[in-house]
Amino acid sequence: MIVIIKYNAGNVQSVQYALQRLGVDSIVTDDIAEIQKADKVIFPGVGHAAPAMQYLREKELDKLIISLQQPVLGICLGLQLMCMHSEEGDTSCLGIFNEAVKLFPTLAGENLKIPQIGWNNIYDYKSVLFDGLGDNAFVYTVHSYFAAQGNETTATTDYIIPYSAALEKGNFYAVQFHPEKSGTIGEIILQNFINLP
Amino acid sequence: MNRTLPNGEDLPPVSLSAGRGLTKRIIPCLDIRDGRTVKGINFEDIRDAGDPVELAIAYSKKGADELVFLDITATIEKRKTLVELVKRIAANINIPFTVGGGISSVEDVAVLLQNGADKVSVNTSAFKNPVLLEQLSNQFGSQCVVLAIDTKKEADGEWYVYLNGGRTKTEMKTTDWAGQAVALGAGEILLTSMNNDGTKNGFALDITATLSRSLPVPVIASGGAGTMQHFKEVFETGNADAALAASIFHYKEIEIAALKKYLSDQLIRVRL
Repeated sequence: MIVIIKYNAGNVQSVQYALQRLGVDSIVTDDIAEIQKADKVIFPGVGHAAPAMQYLREKELDKLIISLQQPVLGICLGLQLMCMHSEEGDTSCLGIFNEAVKLFPTLAGENLKIPQIGWNNIYDYKSVLFDGLGDNAFVYTVHSYFAAQGNETTATTDYIIPYSAALEKGNFYAVQFHPEKSGTIGEIILQNFINLP
Repeated sequence: MNRTLPNGEDLPPVSLSAGRGLTKRIIPCLDIRDGRTVKGINFEDIRDAGDPVELAIAYSKKGADELVFLDITATIEKRKTLVELVKRIAANINIPFTVGGGISSVEDVAVLLQNGADKVSVNTSAFKNPVLLEQLSNQFGSQCVVLAIDTKKEADGEWYVYLNGGRTKTEMKTTDWAGQAVALGAGEILLTSMNNDGTKNGFALDITATLSRSLPVPVIASGGAGTMQHFKEVFETGNADAALAASIFHYKEIEIAALKKYLSDQLIRVRL
């Protein structure tokens, strides 16, 4: 069974619908025992880092998430919360990944919009999550903060600067974009996660 | 291009080759009344254009980047129908969608987002109660708060904000309201020119460019699309981040796949 972690950040229902379209059952819960016994765990989220981390700590989901042994997929805010620290609300995060999460910089003379909203490409794939995708696959992304590039980066996107579109370390996987909203490309990525041993 | 931050730090270069970077978005808009899709001409003369979920699925398959559903039947009993519709859309399509129409509270938004909407659009209620934008962005993040503005160019050459689906004129200039709204937390502006809407003579390039160049958030241009060239103009001259249209897509006057091919041939970055 796939478990989607329920907490005070949006977007949970969309992930469940996306799995449903792939014919995969899932449950949405914040119950520690249920999460522990899941085959795979998805940690989604759209929202602000500080209240999200506070909620995870109150429910002791912070300790639970870092202790999980099965494949875990963080999405969007989920990826950012799995990093060390986020500039958003100067928030200490879960520390699974070494990368820091920063606000997109603004450049003099250029009006690049923040948040980045829309479809952008991922490239330099280094994960089985991207098996079967063509080069520069399009994914849907919505965010103002990004994880810098590092040795855990498994896909890159360019917006103002190159950043980590995906991170991976052991059983922990994470994507900055929204596979559940990224059309057939997103379905391939979710299916690759579902297919993990 | 200057790649230096305000603090003097140099940025690593981004690849400008290999067709990477954020794309311009094509957004079909579905006006909903009593659970059906309709399209008004100059906000009047409403005609029926089909089942919204069927249309949504068809558009997502044809390459629409996003969808907007505007509910123009904002009575209490119909609101429940809207939530049911949002659920059906979310269960059936794999691209993002925005829901608008009669949204006036944090509770309204919570229900729509919980049922699978990615963003909500607010218009009159935010104008009358601007703190709503602040509440929504604090609660849900500015990325899901779209401010819709219906605007009309008056004889004095200025663009003014209209409310209540274009029926009520205000004395507020569109540039002023958009600036305030973004400062309060609007994460995107959906700008509909009433002068252009339904004419098929092209988008309002001047006000679109003014807002897009001055605001730090994306601007979705709406109203007036009639030809593929109009989309090219609104992205190039109007500097829009996205373009929205309804009837030309519903009545198949322009196919989305052909439009995106055309834009790509014109060297405008789109998702193919």
